[in-house]
Amino acid sequence: MSCTVRIASPLRSYSAGAATLAARGSTLAEVLANLEQRCPGIRFRMIDEHDRIRPHMRLFVNTSEARELSAAVRPGDTVHVICALSGG
Amino acid sequence: MAGTLWIGTRKGLFALRADGARRNWKLAGPQFLGEIIHHVVQDPREPRVLLLASKTGHLGPTVFRSTDRGRSWREAARPPAFRTGQDGEEARAVQRVFWLTPGHRTERASWYAGSSPAGLFRSSDGGEHWEPVAGFNDHPMRPKWAAHGTPDGEFLHSILVDPRDPRHLYIAISIGGVFESSDAGGNWTPLNEGCAADFLPDPSVPFGHDPHCMVQHPGRPERLYQQNHCGIYRLDGPGRRWRRIGEAMPKKVGDIGFPIVLHPTDPDTAWVVPMDGRSVWPRTSVGGKPAVYGTRDGGASWRRLDRGLPHSQAWFTVLRQAMCTDTRERPGVYFGTTGGEVWASTNSGDSWRCLARHLPEIYSVSHAA
Repeated sequence: MSCTVRIASPLRSYSAGAATLAARGSTLAEVLANLEQRCPGIRFRMIDEHDRIRPHMRLFVNTSEARELSAAVRPGDTVHVICALSGG
Repeated sequence: MAGTLWIGTRKGLFALRADGARRNWKLAGPQFLGEIIHHVVQDPREPRVLLLASKTGHLGPTVFRSTDRGRSWREAARPPAFRTGQDGEEARAVQRVFWLTPGHRTERASWYAGSSPAGLFRSSDGGEHWEPVAGFNDHPMRPKWAAHGTPDGEFLHSILVDPRDPRHLYIAISIGGVFESSDAGGNWTPLNEGCAADFLPDPSVPFGHDPHCMVQHPGRPERLYQQNHCGIYRLDGPGRRWRRIGEAMPKKVGDIGFPIVLHPTDPDTAWVVPMDGRSVWPRTSVGGKPAVYGTRDGGASWRRLDRGLPHSQAWFTVLRQAMCTDTRERPGVYFGTTGGEVWASTNSGDSWRCLARHLPEIYSVSHAA
């Protein structure tokens, strides 16, 4: 069973322009690992070397913001990758 | 062709290409529009290869590599990253890859990268995979060496590889000081004697200084020059004490700045761009009158070089990677400004002309043959 990942535009160079991708996993960590297999390099630009979500990235599972990669993801969920850019 | 000037900006990568006489320049780009480009460096061992350090406002830092002189780029498979720490350790994450340096000519695929917060990384495969240099990143003194970083984190830059010995390295940390390794980065020793650190409670400390840019002359590698937060310095090995050659600068101009560049064949010739380091540190051209200063005698004397530059109301800053020379016998000298202008001199600084305007804030200018 898979979820849907909505890819923010700054990351679409990794998804060949796709705005959504299907991914597998029961946690955000697993979903991102699955995504990384198909889109090499995408994870490190969202998540640092200590598995922390980067300061200007926000991850939502459906409408709830996930602060940790251990957040549960169920089949049919939508994971939103949002870029929280500030300044000019 | 006389080569290419690669212009790394806060909003993308541009290229200025010259004809053989360096008279006509054509601006190309942007590539990587919207990405922050901190450094672009050609591999002198393999001139078709370029490495580029980038990030965006929201995405993490990475490195791209070109093998066709910058026509196309491919991201590193493993960008620079600190090792995952043990429980209880400080969990440092690379915020930006700030500096790139090709390795020694005998180690053809080796590269070094410096980051903020201060970290040193090495690639042995041309920039595809990067590993932390544990001898520095995990050195027991590192938390003290890089203890006074600014809110953006301290920057590791000016990675120098001794052309005589691939194991002999220098690095500079702003703020932290200059450090030297004679065993390929296994261990490091502070090298700051003689440098001022007048912003610290104890200015006589062995480290904690603020080198802005350090360069080594390829033809005389025992000589280092340094543009520091507290002046311009020179060190002639095997001595280990820096001498403040900026004291020969006019007092009303001072010897504060970011970049320093050297003549490709004459180790006595260097250029700097002084900035205002008084009171609240505007870091703009002094008095709104930009000038390059050049020395032909190793810093014993300096000459103002401002013909062609604006004579008033020009308040730009030239950042540490934003100045370079080319490799001609009478070298071109180039710099980019925080106001998005690129200036060039093809007569060793005697006169200047503007090659490009209205670019984003310029972070780096580098020459590729």
